[in-house]
Amino acid sequence: MARMQDFDRLVLPHLHAAVNLARWLVHDSQTAEDLVQDAFLRAFRYFDRLHSNDAKPWLLGIVRNTCFTWLEERRANPAPVELDPEMAESLPAPADGLGISPEAWVDKERLRQRVDEAITALAPLFREVVVLRELEDLSYAEIAKIVDIPIGTVMSRLSRARRELRKTLTDFRSTDCDG
Amino acid sequence: MAESMDDRDDELSRLVRDRATRYRAGPALESSIRAELALQAASVRPQRPAPAGRWPGWSLMGIGFACGLAVSVALHFWIGRGATADQLEAELVDSHVRALMVSHLTDVASTDQHTVKPWFQGRVDYSPPVKDLAAEGYPLIGGRLDYIEGRAVAALIYRRHGHFINLFVWPGPPVGTRETSSRQGYNVMRWASGGMTYAAVSDLNDQELGVFATLLRQ
Repeated sequence: MARMQDFDRLVLPHLHAAVNLARWLVHDSQTAEDLVQDAFLRAFRYFDRLHSNDAKPWLLGIVRNTCFTWLEERRANPAPVELDPEMAESLPAPADGLGISPEAWVDKERLRQRVDEAITALAPLFREVVVLRELEDLSYAEIAKIVDIPIGTVMSRLSRARRELRKTLTDFRSTDCDG
Repeated sequence: MAESMDDRDDELSRLVRDRATRYRAGPALESSIRAELALQAASVRPQRPAPAGRWPGWSLMGIGFACGLAVSVALHFWIGRGATADQLEAELVDSHVRALMVSHLTDVASTDQHTVKPWFQGRVDYSPPVKDLAAEGYPLIGGRLDYIEGRAVAALIYRRHGHFINLFVWPGPPVGTRETSSRQGYNVMRWASGGMTYAAVSDLNDQELGVFATLLRQ
């Protein structure tokens, strides 16, 4: 049917972006996927309300609302945050033939973990704008619509989040000088 | 303030964009979503109460199928009165599979037990208990009228991590004593409670299906 085809064409391509946002908000991968499934179902029911060919901001708005509702219901604390066990300290075994030296690969992985931890340490509302801006490449106007706040608030929230990230990552970098 | 806060070229931005993990959907999620959307699309129809004597909301294919089923069930009926657990479970699994095949899992698609329960009034001759287990991770997604062992029965549909559970409930004693079985890759769990007999059918693993049964029995 036409509706399913349009939905397939416009909304389903953003599945990975939806999972990315959900996982950054709720941490647990199974919970994130369940919430994304709920969000897609809701998106399909309200598909008539999409008035643009770019469904990504609209869909992510539904995803974030689904996630924050879940977080409120679980009364999760914004800080301290429990790390996803999959983001634990132990490094995965490197594959062969990476094209870079094992030492360089370890450095890369360690850096990835530090960046992930720094983002995770942010309160959900700050983490959200970082993910939407830096990882999902959305404009301030789009983020404002998704989170339902004024553009000025997007900027100040982002500014504050970046200040905290900079502090966390600078601390990491200044202690890691025996590398 | 204009868009160009120029954070894009900032070293921190680059660090985050280049290094942070970008999560992706697991392999099963997309097909699970597509399956559920297909059910939604198939069950989107005006929810009018059915005129007496007509199966509500079935397509022509559904009606043809129902006639064929009625014939086979009529035959079954004579044997059905003394049905063994084995025959019953075969019928339950067939119904579950057929519902999935024709994308007709729900007649009434609603997550609200206060919508699903009254929908059965006038369609089955008893009031099925409908429980909402969304908080425990088993959301109700709707109800369906089904035909088991020569009678109209209520089927309640739940979802767990992308797997669908058909929960059949009707008044009467349980058939046989066997509580759990498996056929064609589907798990069947049966129990009795409060004068009703229950049967849960799903490809969900038996541990999580067991949790589902326990939650309902509480």
